[in-house]
Amino acid sequence: MIDIQLLHTPLQVEKCLKRVRHPAAGGIDIFVGTVRDQTRGKKVVRLEFESYEPMAISEMKKIAERATEKWPIQNIAIHHRVGTLEIGEIAVIIAVSTPHRKASFEACQFAIDTLKETVPIWKKEIFEDGEVWVAAHP
Amino acid sequence: MKVHILAFGITKDIVGGSTFEFQIEEGSNVGQLKKHLQQQYPAFEDLASLAIAVNSEYASEELVIKAADEIVLIPPVSGG
Repeated sequence: MIDIQLLHTPLQVEKCLKRVRHPAAGGIDIFVGTVRDQTRGKKVVRLEFESYEPMAISEMKKIAERATEKWPIQNIAIHHRVGTLEIGEIAVIIAVSTPHRKASFEACQFAIDTLKETVPIWKKEIFEDGEVWVAAHP
Repeated sequence: MKVHILAFGITKDIVGGSTFEFQIEEGSNVGQLKKHLQQQYPAFEDLASLAIAVNSEYASEELVIKAADEIVLIPPVSGG
């Protein structure tokens, strides 16, 4: 089962865990990405995420499908938040259940690494004295 | 022909809005569109990358653009 969500409301780890639990799963790996309070020593006030929604959803789905082809995944959930996020809030959750733990770790890492490369979501860091689109410039 | 383009992230700041119209020659491909956009908006060349999506899929440079396509500028993504 693949569960993809792009949400404007706070993400819930418990909900993702519930979605991926499976009787045949011996391991569940969950990655939670949160908003850090600084970038290279500079204090971050908040983050603003925006997305090209239809494509963000289809690209997240592709990642889940590719992961399912590569590893024996029972269930995978990818939930991403958009909008304004305060320090410590959850930006992304990836949960994967597999029969044995190794595959769940690997699939989860693959999913978050690929998400950061392909999914059309952009974050802007807001500092006390300005703002910057993350990774826009080399 | 006139195409309708959506901009996100830093490209929105560069073009000064989230949508704009752009004139290209009939039969132009994505690579040609990108070149014209970079001429019109030199700040695009400073970006780490600039991809173009057509109808919600990453498009190759060779893809020929049709007037009704939904064209989207994809600067470096930074989700997660």
